[in-house]
Amino acid sequence: MVTVIDYGMSNLRSVVKGFENVGVKVCLTSDKRVAAAADKLVLPGQGAFSDCMKNLRDLDLVDVIKNHIHSGKPYLGICIGLQLLFTESEEFELTKGLDIIKGRVVKFPEEEFARMETKLKIPHMGWNSLDIKKDTPLLKGIADGTYFYFVHSFYVKPEDESVTAATTNYGIDFTSMVSFDNVFACQFHPEKSRSEGLKILKNFGSLTLHQI
Amino acid sequence: MLAVIIIPCLDVKDGRVVKGINFVGLKDAGDPVEVAKLYDEQGADELTFLDITASHEKRDIIIDVVKHTAEQVFMPLTVGGGIRNLDDIRILLKAGADKVSINTAAIYDPDFVREASFKFGAQCIVVAVDARRLTSPLTKDEIYAMAQENIKGGYPDVLLEEEDTKGKGAACEVFTHGGRNPTGIYAVKWAKKMEELGAGEILLTSMDRDGTKIGFDCELTSKISDKLTIPIIASGGVGTLEHFYDGFKKGRADAALAASVFHYKEFTIRQVKDYLKERGVRVRP
Repeated sequence: MVTVIDYGMSNLRSVVKGFENVGVKVCLTSDKRVAAAADKLVLPGQGAFSDCMKNLRDLDLVDVIKNHIHSGKPYLGICIGLQLLFTESEEFELTKGLDIIKGRVVKFPEEEFARMETKLKIPHMGWNSLDIKKDTPLLKGIADGTYFYFVHSFYVKPEDESVTAATTNYGIDFTSMVSFDNVFACQFHPEKSRSEGLKILKNFGSLTLHQI
Repeated sequence: MLAVIIIPCLDVKDGRVVKGINFVGLKDAGDPVEVAKLYDEQGADELTFLDITASHEKRDIIIDVVKHTAEQVFMPLTVGGGIRNLDDIRILLKAGADKVSINTAAIYDPDFVREASFKFGAQCIVVAVDARRLTSPLTKDEIYAMAQENIKGGYPDVLLEEEDTKGKGAACEVFTHGGRNPTGIYAVKWAKKMEELGAGEILLTSMDRDGTKIGFDCELTSKISDKLTIPIIASGGVGTLEHFYDGFKKGRADAALAASVFHYKEFTIRQVKDYLKERGVRVRP
């Protein structure tokens, strides 16, 4: 069973249905006590970074998530759920994140993109491929170069690049997935990435402690 | 880099897929969920439902269709047709749609796009622009009369100017109600305005080409694509594999939407992708 945190920042139906489709039971909660008791925590999310942090704070979930990660239990972040792990984000004004991973969330270089021969649009929206950098149980059964669905204007820049499990090229190479110890997170939406995406949800759902 | 996007569109009326399709292997070819699953297997990148149910009282039906589809098909899903207010959007997103496509409501009140984008995020607001080339010049009075009828507040900055209407087939006017009602609005200016107000994508349909199978209106598509920074979905007129290639290369579209060529099995999405790949266009396998 996985526990998906509902903090009012995204449509969770697809995430829940995605897990269920591959036989993983889901508990959806915004209650900090329920989240604190979770074995596996999933933090999805869309929208503005600062709104997400505010909602997590209002629901008293910040420490719950930090404690969960520090206790060594599996965590899966999706989209903003990846970005929130970082020290801070440049979205609107500099906003502090959960600071699990040292580094910053920054915007794609708009002006540089506009000057390119084939101008790149922001948000980075659509299907793009993974360049897998290291082995992670979440990418089990997924070939290098597999396409996933992205929608985002900001990307993460970890100080320690060894946390990066995969990168994706959009004008620049950026970290599209992190994986270390019990922490897994992806910038793309596995719940919108057809059967390959569901594989990631399944891999997370069936993680055993000796794998991490 | 991003792959181009191929979107099959399903016209849904009273919860059933319309158009005389006859898919082998489907238990119920009129069931939108079944058809969506088939397109998923063929490699569709996104799906669009266009709800053509006439009555607003029957909105529960499309919402049910969206719910069932989102339980079984895991890719971006856009729903258009009959969206009038923020509540319509909220309910569709909650049911599992990722984006909504707004057409007439945006023309009646362009601020609706701004509100919807602010509330739900630009990434889920698609503005559908139905455009038709002018066949005869219009006077300023005619243009203003049409605009008064259709747009709240008039929005003079997006209207056709007399000069625009004189060239040979140069200007495209925006139409509502499935291409029936002219508005006096210049399609290129309108698309730009929608981007400024917070649209995340433009679904551009050439009403002249729709159903003709002579190819997308690449001239219009490229004109809008070059002026805007948000993605453009080309629609209307596709009949051959090469038309898809032209839509991306000549029209500079980011995505191509088609209904009948897929419905009538003239070719599969897989065939379109194989063809594009052979010609050097980046597609998701």
